[in-house]
Amino acid sequence: MCYAIPGKVVEIRGDVGVVDFGNGVRREVILAMVDAKVGDYVLVHAGYAIKVLDEKGALEILQAIEDAISLAGKDGGQCL
Amino acid sequence: MEPLDRVRAVLSKYRDPALARKLVQKIWETARDLSRVRIMHVCGTHEWTITHWGIRALLPDNVEVRAGPGCPVCITPASDIDVAVGLALDGVHVLTYGDMSRAKGSRMISLEDCAAEGGRVGVVYSFMDAVRIAASNPDKEYVFLGAGFETTAPTVAYFVLKGLPRNLKVLSAHRYVPPAVGLLAESEDLEIDAFINPGHASTVSGMRAYKPYFDKCGKPMVFAGFEPIDVLVAIYMVLRQLRDRAPRMENEYVRSVTWEGNLKAQRALQEVFDFEDGYWRGVAIISESAMNFKEKFSQVDARRAYGLEHGRGDYFPSEARCAEIIKGIIDPPDCPLYMKTCTPSTPVGPAMVGLEGTCRIWAQNRILVKDIRCMSGACGLNREARS
Repeated sequence: MCYAIPGKVVEIRGDVGVVDFGNGVRREVILAMVDAKVGDYVLVHAGYAIKVLDEKGALEILQAIEDAISLAGKDGGQCL
Repeated sequence: MEPLDRVRAVLSKYRDPALARKLVQKIWETARDLSRVRIMHVCGTHEWTITHWGIRALLPDNVEVRAGPGCPVCITPASDIDVAVGLALDGVHVLTYGDMSRAKGSRMISLEDCAAEGGRVGVVYSFMDAVRIAASNPDKEYVFLGAGFETTAPTVAYFVLKGLPRNLKVLSAHRYVPPAVGLLAESEDLEIDAFINPGHASTVSGMRAYKPYFDKCGKPMVFAGFEPIDVLVAIYMVLRQLRDRAPRMENEYVRSVTWEGNLKAQRALQEVFDFEDGYWRGVAIISESAMNFKEKFSQVDARRAYGLEHGRGDYFPSEARCAEIIKGIIDPPDCPLYMKTCTPSTPVGPAMVGLEGTCRIWAQNRILVKDIRCMSGACGLNREARS
């Protein structure tokens, strides 16, 4: 039940917004628990957004993982 | 590239096989310096990721990942299901989530079963749907059976603060995860060395909610996301902490989890609920884990309105080993009912019903025996790492 899916905020009407999940799926979502703007990506769980998705964070950790495992020596990975 | 596609492109990297292979190599190298390691996660969605992607088969023999009580449907007290069934048969319209409606109470009757006997039961996707249904049918009486962790409970709190339609009450079976991790960390029959903490429950509670329990047990806690790379990185982080004898709270899921968490959601929960002792079916009574309505919200509290007890006691069919599976002591194939009388289409215990139940996840991924070793090319990689 704690499954959450990312989608893009396309419209905001007060506390409720319309989120586009791609493939033509759009749903009304409660945005009251996050500070989301139109165009933001939000993680949606059971009809409400729990988080504005940190795309930069997602890319940074990926880079950190790649850096960590490509370091020479078996003890690489300190930056992870 | 369309913005949504950009996000998808980022997420697809979290399924990159080449990266996964390198991570597995790191896991094997790190585990070589360790004796037996038992890691527990407490989230059904993590169990899905681990089982669906066959992650256990990629791990060295001395690294075990166990599924703890991370399925809200599974831990909802049988007595709460019983009272919801009673209300539905008495003419109250009971609304709940789809899988919750199929979980059986102590009399082996679910809400879905009682609907066949004239019980009034409706399934909703979110609490917002329940509010709409009640508002558009003002002459009918509704009760929402609210199960779920701190991920799910904030929508209920939000609408309660806004004001519910008069004909809608909530039977709150909501539970708070951090105290459960604290209890599992101290459990002698589990002997857990480290935890992978839930990604979305922790997005709401923040990592700091686990700090008192981390301070007490001093065991590694890694907060992880739900893609296969997320879980592999989390396992690697745990092993590295254990190897370095430097346990800490570490965040793998930085794109969602923060130290503070979602403050608006936390404030809504604190405003609406008291955090009291609560029963987790199959597990124990866990202090400060039940979200019960504060007295000033009596008018929406179905327990007060209908004079219902808080969920207590337990019941599982004889021979079923649900309790041990929910707590993470045994695996589904250890239960004599698993995939014999208890299947996804004929569920007996709650762990075969809940979308996040361990039995349901193992069954849907056709896992019939324990200790499956991977027969794919990935095993060749394992052998290389072993040598």
